[in-house]
Amino acid sequence: MRELEFPFNGEYIVTKKRAIKRQLLESGAATGTPKKIAILGGSTTSHIKDCLELFLLDKGIPCEFYESEYNRYYEDLMFDNPELKEFAPDVIFIHTTFRNIKNLPAISDSKEDVAAKLDAEYKKFETLWAKAKSLYGCVLIQNNFELPYVRSLGSIDATEYRGYVRFVNDLNAKFADYAEANEGFWINDINYASACFGLDKWAEPSYWQLYKYAVALPAIPHMAFELSNLIGSIFGKTKKVVCLDLDNTLWGGVIGDDGPERIEIGQETALAETYSEFQEYLKTLAARGILLTINSKNEEDVALKGFERPDSVLRKEDFVNRKINWNPKSENLVKMAGELNLLPESFVFVDDNPAEREIVRQQVKGCRVPELTTPETYAYMIDRSGYFNPAAVSDDDLKRVGMYKENAKRLELEESFADYGEYLNSLEMEGEIGPFKDIYFSRIAQLTNKSNQFNLTTKRFSENDIINMASDGNRITLYGKLVDKFGDNGVVSVVEGEIKGDVLDIELWLMSCRVLKRDMEYAMLDKLVEAAKAKGIKTLKGNFYPTAKNKMVREFYDTMGFTLTEEDGEGNRYYTLDISEYKKQNNYIRMV
Amino acid sequence: MTRDEIYEKLNAVFRDIFDDDTITVTDSTTAADIEAWDSLEHVSLMMAIGTEFGIKIPLNKVNSMQNVGEMVDFIAEAVLK
Repeated sequence: MRELEFPFNGEYIVTKKRAIKRQLLESGAATGTPKKIAILGGSTTSHIKDCLELFLLDKGIPCEFYESEYNRYYEDLMFDNPELKEFAPDVIFIHTTFRNIKNLPAISDSKEDVAAKLDAEYKKFETLWAKAKSLYGCVLIQNNFELPYVRSLGSIDATEYRGYVRFVNDLNAKFADYAEANEGFWINDINYASACFGLDKWAEPSYWQLYKYAVALPAIPHMAFELSNLIGSIFGKTKKVVCLDLDNTLWGGVIGDDGPERIEIGQETALAETYSEFQEYLKTLAARGILLTINSKNEEDVALKGFERPDSVLRKEDFVNRKINWNPKSENLVKMAGELNLLPESFVFVDDNPAEREIVRQQVKGCRVPELTTPETYAYMIDRSGYFNPAAVSDDDLKRVGMYKENAKRLELEESFADYGEYLNSLEMEGEIGPFKDIYFSRIAQLTNKSNQFNLTTKRFSENDIINMASDGNRITLYGKLVDKFGDNGVVSVVEGEIKGDVLDIELWLMSCRVLKRDMEYAMLDKLVEAAKAKGIKTLKGNFYPTAKNKMVREFYDTMGFTLTEEDGEGNRYYTLDISEYKKQNNYIRMV
Repeated sequence: MTRDEIYEKLNAVFRDIFDDDTITVTDSTTAADIEAWDSLEHVSLMMAIGTEFGIKIPLNKVNSMQNVGEMVDFIAEAVLK
């Protein structure tokens, strides 16, 4: 919803929150099982909850909330709490701020005193986090601290051991160390968010004195937005592709009119430098797995000359897909999504032309379109919108762009074979399939949260859930990794089921779309049958639960040889497969 | 600004905050008359009024106004300054 897109007006959102919520619910954009979010506050949290809900609904995440009583965050976690237990949170968010630091240094303190205070303050939180993890095992999000509103030591407050600024910075560093070392734990960076908004307005104390709001009301939407982006990234709502216009977006000027020599890029003028910086920013996104694509109205051969200039930061090869033609950009974008096996809602469309933006906004549901103004703010607009905020940087992310480039090579190869089987043989594929393994836990959890299309049940699991499944003797778990002569696709498929007597009830079956039609699903089934037989299982039970996005697998179990036993009014389909006579179906992937 | 002009703007603020186009506030309206007007929504209301009229409501005023009439008195005075 436009009102909720960066740069939004926080006061407007607070004022209109009821109407905005009503519209979001009416639009039906957020479907599925609500995420249960427990907000445990060291100050009032009511408006935080309201605003967070708006931003999450806008991302397609319906949610339910639990709120602690005022300033009971500590007690709520440390002591018996049947209400919270029953709520069974998916996320616990601890909203503490500078106001909650109890052991601030005094000017009479020795260095040892301050070190002890820092340790005491940190340990209090560390104990709390450990307790939350052992009791609830869910996603845990903790605010770091904003800088103090007043600092009596001026600039040296940041360096003097008794300074509050120094103390906050040290405490924040300890929080960051914990976050780095602990899975399932994230920091909501209010230190950064408050700096962006402006600390003076963020910590304006009348909201504390009157209502015990540690974050001033006009700043709360900004805080909630930061938090919603983090939660969105944890639940796989991160965008995957930047789809870019060229003229006056990636360089200044119109290449078709001005010629490649005269477009603004490089270091010669302020404007040229501005576009170069934007290209640099995009390059950093690409380096961690965000795909860059081109969607431009131009003659392709002329337009691509822009990337041949020696001072161009981006090269033609940096783009995994290009649509440079005179077709409507909305059509180009949808086509591109199909070619990359991604949904259009994974795209962010970046174009300086308001008319083009409007067409894409109207025609491509779910695609985000930042409202650009002047080129020096392009990177800022994309960055602050939080579209590409990751929950972690995985090795897989770093390899992703390379994988898509490899895919383009595979496509070329495919076209050179008349017979699809010959093509598959030529890929020299090797599969590694086995029970969930510790080095892949985080990737497996990521896949359960991100896969929408090739996903039979769309059940989402945290890393903790995955760890528990791996050690549960009553379950069969499988991950599948696929390598071919062009490269390593990493873990691309996950199957998991619960043993019920001599039946295996398949709870999870998903696959990354980048390995569609490679026989990987047959390799997974072969292995699943083998593992099931070893456990004395006679029948596999398969379930398909329809969502708006998984139509492609509605008949998956039919093609795998299962028998449809029931289809209910909601379109859920139930299947069985007698495995006594099962014959292996994978012909092209060699198991290692 | 006349009281009528203040009322026109104030009504719009109330309607936005409570998402209810049937609301019409008068001098005697109090929190008891609007179901959703609790202490938390009072915070939104004070902020929105401050923004709408470009004024800052002082700490001692926020919780001491007895009804909308007193609120309008205060606004009328504050916008003059």
